[in-house]
Amino acid sequence: MDQGLLERLRERLDGDGREPVFAHGLLVVQLPREALLDTVKLLKDAFGFDLFLDVTAIDWPQREPRFDVVYHFYSTRDHVRVRLKTTVTMADPVVDSLLDHYGSAHFMERECHDMFGIVFRGNADLRPILLYEGFEGHPLRKDYPKEREQPLVRYRE
Amino acid sequence: MTMRDEEQTLPNPVRPAFDRPSTEDGVIVSIGPSHPATHGTLQIIAELSGERVVRADVHCGYLHRGFEKECEAHTWHTLIPFVDRLNYCSALMNNFAYCDAVETLMGVEITPRTRYLRTLLAEYSRIADHITCIAASVMEMGAMTAFLYLMTIRDYIYEHLADLTGARVTYSYGRIGGLANDLPEGWIKRLEEILDEYEVYVGRIHGLLDRNRIFIDRTRDVGVLTTEEAIHWGFTGPILRSTGVPRDLRKDTPYLAYDELDFEVPVGIKGDNYDRYFVRMREMDESVYMIRQLIEMLPDGPVNVDDRRCTFPEKDLVYSEIESLINHFKLVIDGPQVPAGEVYRAHEAANGELGFFLVSDGSGTPHRVHVRAPSFVHMGGLHRLLEGYQLADIVSTFGTVNMIGGECDR
Repeated sequence: MDQGLLERLRERLDGDGREPVFAHGLLVVQLPREALLDTVKLLKDAFGFDLFLDVTAIDWPQREPRFDVVYHFYSTRDHVRVRLKTTVTMADPVVDSLLDHYGSAHFMERECHDMFGIVFRGNADLRPILLYEGFEGHPLRKDYPKEREQPLVRYRE
Repeated sequence: MTMRDEEQTLPNPVRPAFDRPSTEDGVIVSIGPSHPATHGTLQIIAELSGERVVRADVHCGYLHRGFEKECEAHTWHTLIPFVDRLNYCSALMNNFAYCDAVETLMGVEITPRTRYLRTLLAEYSRIADHITCIAASVMEMGAMTAFLYLMTIRDYIYEHLADLTGARVTYSYGRIGGLANDLPEGWIKRLEEILDEYEVYVGRIHGLLDRNRIFIDRTRDVGVLTTEEAIHWGFTGPILRSTGVPRDLRKDTPYLAYDELDFEVPVGIKGDNYDRYFVRMREMDESVYMIRQLIEMLPDGPVNVDDRRCTFPEKDLVYSEIESLINHFKLVIDGPQVPAGEVYRAHEAANGELGFFLVSDGSGTPHRVHVRAPSFVHMGGLHRLLEGYQLADIVSTFGTVNMIGGECDR
């Protein structure tokens, strides 16, 4: 693992409302959502983070803004990982889609939309993926009761 | 039993990306989700021009069971059995990746014996997983003998693991800070016998398939993927390596005991079905080589760390002293107290990068458990492997991608 690269990246990303810190072997960057696309572009083009691993969200119901949107990137050249974190509110859960940069964003953004209702601006295809057409609500939000059932096929009596 | 209402038709659970063909002679067919060739519940809506696939729209989710939601209602310990059911062909690897993530968050360092044992068992599981993948995919092309040979070995492995863990498939053998129990008497001896058997059987598979005209015709230049495309679509594991790059987390970001082992990372030439078959075959050989080294290296000592935050006290102490009794109850009822924070740990599972992203708020229950499942990401790029090839190639390509419904749909 190339610690020097992460250190350079940390210096490069500091500022513009971005706060890079190290945690458990990763560089974690907290950033405003407006800076997301520029940061991703920088990561991909200048630092070689070519593998988009994952996008998911964390729901903090007591907090405002309520959702963290969390991205993980990996560089297949330097074998290091970066986590980007941005926050969105319940009223406006919109972030920019990474579809233009990574094909793998397609399915993962659909999943995140399914589970948390995060809207990815620029991803026109946010059809349900793990859930089904007509499913109401977003199950991984903390206010969705775990016991709630929405069977597509009626139970036998 | 009551009859379903005659007039009520079931709503379609999926909305296809396209519902009419793009050309005049095009036909749209829906394959799956319950089809003998889609082992796992996957639906492919494909537009065909003659026998050729023009477009493919892949739908997963038929096996979704709310894994991540359910985890938020359990303690860090009691969700280990759920983790088993992600990739049920190599459940131990899920166990170890999950435990590793929790241990990182807690700052627990596992004992040397556990470190080597986990490495050994992860490689053993990799063999079982690759065998399942190869056996199923060659069977779908009609190679019944190869299937039966491979299943023989897999059953030796499953029974052997049942000796160790008490279960054939879903082992729940990992523990935070260690393992459920140490090796039983004679386990290593039987392991060596099975590895010898493995070599005999896999030699026969090579003889049956490698230069088999039918097999080559069905797999060579089918489902071709370039490295750039593979990375763009998020492919990892044997599929990425089959395109010719040695990207392996065991080498690149060593975890467990991999930095002490001597092994090669097999790569393919052109990223087609044949390469995916061959990369898996060679990886199994490397796993065997690693297991043999690990048998030599395996140190004595305890398997569980001496840390009361996660390890259960000895049963006789629970019954005889109050501190251990309280400790036991606290661990069962409140769960291990994991410090607040976030962690992402990735292991090289049989299918690719298996990542656990855990968020703790400092209590005994996770705030969020997210799994970066290789199969799910691979399904996002599957259409690239299908488009432009024959309808019949869907079966063989899908087999070599080794989609596991449990981890894909969670």
